[in-house]
Amino acid sequence: MKRNELLSFTASSIYCPSADIHIDPWKPVERAIITHAHSDHAKWGCQHYLAHKDSEPILRMRLGSDISLQTLEYGESFTINGVNFSLHPAGHIIGSSQVRVEQQGEIWVASGDYKLQDDLFCPPFEAIKCHTFITESTFGLPIYKWKPQQEIIDEIKVWALQNKLQGKNSILMGYALGKMQRLIKNLQPFDQPVFAHGAIYNVNEQLRTAGFDLPYIPPVNNASKSDFQGALIFATGSVLNTPWLKRFEPYSTGYCSGWMAIRGAKNRKSIDRGFVLSDHADWDELNTAIDATGAEKVYVTHGYTDTFSRWLNERGVESAEVKTMYGEEEEAATETTES
Amino acid sequence: MKRFTNLFLELDRTTKTNDKVALLKAYFLSAPDEDKIWALALFTGRRPPRKIKTTQVQEWAIEQANIPMWLFRESYGSVGDLAETISLILPVNTSTSEKTLSEWFAYFTQLNKATDEEKKQLILEAWKQLSTYETFVFNKLLMGSFRIGVSQTLVVRAIGEVSDMTSAVVAHRVMGQWDPYHSSYKELIYGENTGDTTSKPYPFYLAYGLEGGLESLGQPEDWFAEWKWDGIRSQVIVRNNELYIWSRGEELVTEKFPELESLRTQLPSGTVLDGEIVCFENDRPLPFNILQTRIGRKNITKKILTEAPVAFIGYDVMEYEGQDVRQKPQEERRKILEDLFEQTEIKGAFKISPLLTFDGWDELRNLHLQSREQAAEGFMIKRKQAQYLTGRKKGDWWKWKVDPLSIDAVLVYAQKGSGRRAELYTDYTFAVWEKDKLIPFAKAYSGLTDAEIREVDRYIKQNTIEKFGPVRTVKPQLVFEIGFEGINESSRHKSGIAVRFPRILNWRKDKKLEEADTLDNLKSILKAYK
Repeated sequence: MKRNELLSFTASSIYCPSADIHIDPWKPVERAIITHAHSDHAKWGCQHYLAHKDSEPILRMRLGSDISLQTLEYGESFTINGVNFSLHPAGHIIGSSQVRVEQQGEIWVASGDYKLQDDLFCPPFEAIKCHTFITESTFGLPIYKWKPQQEIIDEIKVWALQNKLQGKNSILMGYALGKMQRLIKNLQPFDQPVFAHGAIYNVNEQLRTAGFDLPYIPPVNNASKSDFQGALIFATGSVLNTPWLKRFEPYSTGYCSGWMAIRGAKNRKSIDRGFVLSDHADWDELNTAIDATGAEKVYVTHGYTDTFSRWLNERGVESAEVKTMYGEEEEAATETTES
Repeated sequence: MKRFTNLFLELDRTTKTNDKVALLKAYFLSAPDEDKIWALALFTGRRPPRKIKTTQVQEWAIEQANIPMWLFRESYGSVGDLAETISLILPVNTSTSEKTLSEWFAYFTQLNKATDEEKKQLILEAWKQLSTYETFVFNKLLMGSFRIGVSQTLVVRAIGEVSDMTSAVVAHRVMGQWDPYHSSYKELIYGENTGDTTSKPYPFYLAYGLEGGLESLGQPEDWFAEWKWDGIRSQVIVRNNELYIWSRGEELVTEKFPELESLRTQLPSGTVLDGEIVCFENDRPLPFNILQTRIGRKNITKKILTEAPVAFIGYDVMEYEGQDVRQKPQEERRKILEDLFEQTEIKGAFKISPLLTFDGWDELRNLHLQSREQAAEGFMIKRKQAQYLTGRKKGDWWKWKVDPLSIDAVLVYAQKGSGRRAELYTDYTFAVWEKDKLIPFAKAYSGLTDAEIREVDRYIKQNTIEKFGPVRTVKPQLVFEIGFEGINESSRHKSGIAVRFPRILNWRKDKKLEEADTLDNLKSILKAYK
């Protein structure tokens, strides 16, 4: 008889039956470990949450200041019913963690979302040896290969400076949580006045209050139209094609995402510039990460699951795709908080 | 190559006309002349023919990337462009190349006589020196249809502005027979009488569709009206006792129409006419698709000449007695045209587009209803004082087409688009009922809004019955009104019918599946308009 798996894929989460604990559940459960604070992984309504301490400010902001939340440092562990849990850096956004689960010498790692490139804001990914690795595959096609971060940062700086010289404002768009702090951290010192969309301002201030080293970026709403001259404005993708942008005319729009690697994807968005900057692993990083874990079995939770799983199987790594709710509505869910 | 790659990328990034012109101006001001002639050739559709098989290039790229074929296909499916997919999967380079655009084209000529193995080495060698974006542009030059979101008009405008010439002059200079291997930029743009000017056509004047009603044009007495012929817009040139026929697509098509050879002797040297080539049968114009069957042929056989003889219907004159007469008013040019026509003896191959007589706009509106019976697409309406302008201009020439024929049909197959819409299902096949079966009869791409495309895309993804390669068979349910310009019998289609320019007019959400039209409905349209 086949014994219970250490982790199983249920209709509401990645679940550990021995410890009765859920990882990134998309339905309310009693006890949840949260890999990171993006809305497709951190859902509202659980009775108890556990996450890395750097996730706390945002989890409390988004899920409620009164949630029951226990935090851990990276590498710190705890045991429930003979199952040992610990968190390890995933390099995706601030606080993002891989969850290492061990029982009687068998090790599983649920990685949530991750990237290998060091973004110089959140602690970089650490490969954890395991028997079974649970991976994303958001960019699991060989067409996705990221350039070094500094090259993209330079592209953005040149773009923003050119706009300034032409008397235009630069609207730089991306996810409010993660991408924006990465950009702000790496773009400074700034060559022009900077402002932030309210949703980004809120996240920034939450993190600054918690002691993270980020510069103060004033919110757009406190400024007047005359302040926006050759300025750089950090905004969320939700502002595209909305009247919110009107006050910045004339302006040029730039969008930061891994999807910008494909011309068609960029052109569909009707933006002026696409910057290929992602907080997910590219093709080579996915393969490198999986090799580094030494895992015999790999589950693929979201992204190009069928393609990537087939690729792994053909390379001799046993793999299967599993259905989860990750990778959806991240943008829509996190970025509608401000007018 | 870097300069041209940047130009390509930046043009691709912007949708604003003024920005595009600015980028082009910067390029034509800064690039070396040897490169400019190539850029100009590419922008005006003069890319030299491909010397290499696409499948081979693809094979070499897959080998370099070290990935299986199926994974390449998946990648291509997501990107939607072969040149781009290859550029993305190739290993990232560290070395670079300083070769210019023209030097790369010189490099291409080595492919002409190379064996397959040598070709492979040449291509791999090139890829090793190019960045991802440069590789993309290189691949486009090497094999793809080189298309870029820039019209010839914009290029002409940019060159005009940097070289202090009017667009009309530049437009004229870049027309005709030249190729970038043998022409220089200086000669072409600045030269007065260099190269082959005997065959050189004038830029066509193109009309906009009539927007307001006829009343918006003012007084009926100020206007000419004639049928809008459904053939190939052509320019007939007789100079130095030679005949040249140019199509609107700037192809020299003289050889394709031997029936028109007599124009060479019948028209006085120094004559350039604008008109339409149309197939005729006993003085009655035949539908466009008869003409189409012979355009594609390499050799014109006797059979074709008897089955589908053509005639040139003249409607304007651009050059008379060796003089450019485009500045003269329409009325005067018409008079010249009529005189020329009177002087010719052959009346079969050369016709003149008759002016319609009408007394007021109401009468013209009534005449318009007869367009289909005349095998015309509608009217051309031209101001009697109009000069012959360059390119598409508003104001003096208008076309007024008849409403398209239409039928309600069911979506049955779908395929992903390419380029901008590579991830979406945008290419549809439509069917009509025959008894209880749906018979496909037309493919159509455009006509839906982006929001509608997404909605249909979602329906297709959720209602796929079967996948066959890139084609999905969709559960029949959605009904669309399909418009088309012409209809003909066809042995190549299962329905026995071929429609011309099919496109989606409306999504008939109000119609049930059973309410779609039948093949009999299509056949009755065929009977009425054939």
